[in-house]
Amino acid sequence: MAKIVVDVMLKPEILDPQGTAVGAALPRLGFTFAKSVRQGKRFEIEIDGEPTAEQLAQVEKAAETLLANPVIETFTVGVEK
Amino acid sequence: MKVGVVTFPGTLDDRDAARAVRFAGGQAISLWHGDADLHGVDAVILPGGFSYGDYLRCGAISRFAPVMQSIIKRANEGMPLLGICNGFQVLCEAHLLPGALTRNHELHFLCRDQKISIENTTSAWTTAYSQGQEIVIPLKNGEGSFQCDDQTLAVLEKEGRIIARYVGENPNGSRNLIAGITNERGNVVGLMPHPEHAIDTLTGPTADGLGFFTSLLHSMVGK
Repeated sequence: MAKIVVDVMLKPEILDPQGTAVGAALPRLGFTFAKSVRQGKRFEIEIDGEPTAEQLAQVEKAAETLLANPVIETFTVGVEK
Repeated sequence: MKVGVVTFPGTLDDRDAARAVRFAGGQAISLWHGDADLHGVDAVILPGGFSYGDYLRCGAISRFAPVMQSIIKRANEGMPLLGICNGFQVLCEAHLLPGALTRNHELHFLCRDQKISIENTTSAWTTAYSQGQEIVIPLKNGEGSFQCDDQTLAVLEKEGRIIARYVGENPNGSRNLIAGITNERGNVVGLMPHPEHAIDTLTGPTADGLGFFTSLLHSMVGK
């Protein structure tokens, strides 16, 4: 069994109020390392066996159609064992 | 004149939208998200709410509902279509309108009476207003910040496709104070504030919103 992971992030030019709020909360807790924070989404898709090139192409298509909105977001597709 | 009002799971404002249609002199027809049949309607309203719990992104799942496939087809043929709040989000997700609605810049859910100015009086839904007319209708949303790339924004401005702008302080971070936009043809309008909650002073802050619904009826009678 393998896991296909789709990571979705807002495009850099799109304002991310949630990431900004998290970035502002960190130093209040003593965590002073962050220059900036962006918040995204992660989808973990389990499949039987190793993913085929065709399955990965389908996941790309699904990410572009539903999981991400290409107007405001970018995504990456990866595989985890 | 039959105006369809769509109910998705999680829609809240379908009853007020139907009431606004009747108030303006039209016949409101309830459309169910799972039924692709539009029951002979002449126009459609996608009302506000939290369809599919706003899961994934607001409007992202609703946009694939069976009823939406028929609506998208008819809208591309010129049928008047108004999306209010969550309905606006659905229209952007369905690519009937450009851009996207994102989280309000200060993260708070807003609920207040909002002054907007009407900037386009030629769309199917705004002929009852005069250019630059300022009206007050409720604004209530968590993800109402209109975003698009610079090129899209320039096209919207140049072609006069901004339907309305917020007056005063920017409530949610929308680019160029955009409260509503239309498509090239002017039949599809997306609006973040709620005209259907302001059709008479008994139940709303003003009756300023009624013009969206009377505009539709007038534009249809003229055809």
